[in-house]
Amino acid sequence: MTTLLSADDVRRAIARIAHEIVERDRDPSRIALVGIRSRGDVLAQRLHAAIQANEGVDLPLGALDITLYRDDLTRIGHAPVVRTTEIAFSVDDRILVLVDDVLFTGRTIRAAMDALVDYGRPRAIRLAVLVDRGHRELPIRADHVGKNVPTQLGDDVRVHLVEVDGRDEVELVRAAVPA
Amino acid sequence: MIGQAWTRRHVLATDDWSRAEIEMVLEQTDVMLPVLTDPNRTVRRTPALRGRTVVLFFAEASTRTRVSFELAAKALSADVVNVTTAGSSVEKGESLFDTVRTLEALGGEILVMRHAASGAAQFVADRVTSAVINAGDGWHAHPTQGLLDAFTLRTQLGDLAGKRIVILGDVLHSRVARSDIHTLVPLGARITLSGPPTLVPVAWRCGQLPEGVVYEPDADRALAGADAVIALRLQRERQESGLLPSLREYARAWGLSEERVALMRQGAPVLHPGPMNEGIEIAASVAHGSRSLIERQVTNGVAVRMAVLWLLASSPVTA
Repeated sequence: MTTLLSADDVRRAIARIAHEIVERDRDPSRIALVGIRSRGDVLAQRLHAAIQANEGVDLPLGALDITLYRDDLTRIGHAPVVRTTEIAFSVDDRILVLVDDVLFTGRTIRAAMDALVDYGRPRAIRLAVLVDRGHRELPIRADHVGKNVPTQLGDDVRVHLVEVDGRDEVELVRAAVPA
Repeated sequence: MIGQAWTRRHVLATDDWSRAEIEMVLEQTDVMLPVLTDPNRTVRRTPALRGRTVVLFFAEASTRTRVSFELAAKALSADVVNVTTAGSSVEKGESLFDTVRTLEALGGEILVMRHAASGAAQFVADRVTSAVINAGDGWHAHPTQGLLDAFTLRTQLGDLAGKRIVILGDVLHSRVARSDIHTLVPLGARITLSGPPTLVPVAWRCGQLPEGVVYEPDADRALAGADAVIALRLQRERQESGLLPSLREYARAWGLSEERVALMRQGAPVLHPGPMNEGIEIAASVAHGSRSLIERQVTNGVAVRMAVLWLLASSPVTA
């Protein structure tokens, strides 16, 4: 097991991404943050707080559960528990920043974009992730990345966040047999 | 409940369900409801059951339950096939078993069925590989109605532990009453049945009642201080002669009037599974009054059925 990001690294990455998100658009009032459950929503809350502290703006913040939009429901063999989606604002004409912990195959992001457009027509959807571990299966890329990490397909990237897991750390668990 | 897996293949009756299973359906209903009602959502459906086929086989009259299941299946993007007995091969004498086997052979993965015979859904479930949802079988059960009543009551009353709920009217012929009992009692509610002795099962009026249930023939005494009431439809199509002196007398003794509603705890809600005989078991002013949750039941019914379809369609046996 290797530590990819320490608690300090996580803190710095979030601080940097918070600046990047605002820098990208001259008018931050059009931006809204949407975190993908169950750790992207926590990261989105932290980005929200950081942007509020830096810029004094209170951006709309939402949480998205993508279970009903997954493409592997017939494969996983059990009914996954659906959690609530909370988007208490109109997404029309907003710049939505999707937030997730790990970007891997891109399938979660595909599902998240399908879910978002069921709420309206955003001006743009951007993507912020804490870790990009490669191995994309769909033409999707992130706009803001905490850390790029080369991995084997069978490796496990584990993100721990204080709010859920009691500590901030990102670990890499190598596959027993490289895929 | 988060993380616990759903293991049932059919939804036939809730009388053998654990509290955890009931809670799981109610939790998933809570998540499905915004798909139908969230004002910020422009598309009122999700692709969860895309490519799956739901067959609605209704061998008994129904509008709201059938439409409710159809809307639920469509809100999850399933393909829906409607079969009614009128105009089907059932009229040519085809047996129930042959009919459902044919529907299954045509690709129905989930079979939602209503039938006038108690036990019909169980009979079919024992003989097919599809998942079967009982949408009402005779006097026996109507599990999604019990679940939607529980969901509706919880949104209004919060935790049902210790709450006293009156089920008023034609209990004898009511699968709704049975399913309500088997859903509300496990959630901690206490049930008071009230209605004419001729419209309550013999064993129940003789004191052999299910746990958590009492029978009080006097409607006023039953309602005094209650937390909610579920008025039942007087099932005129199932009445044998001699059970009732007259509809007028029935309405006077057990009809839910404004005066009777006022006997309950302040603000106690009124439910009715529909369709209503207004002026018989419920006064029009009560049915459409401020305490009535009857329209809410209809919306919640779609969400409950989405939850049930979702759990069955993505469970291992049918997936």
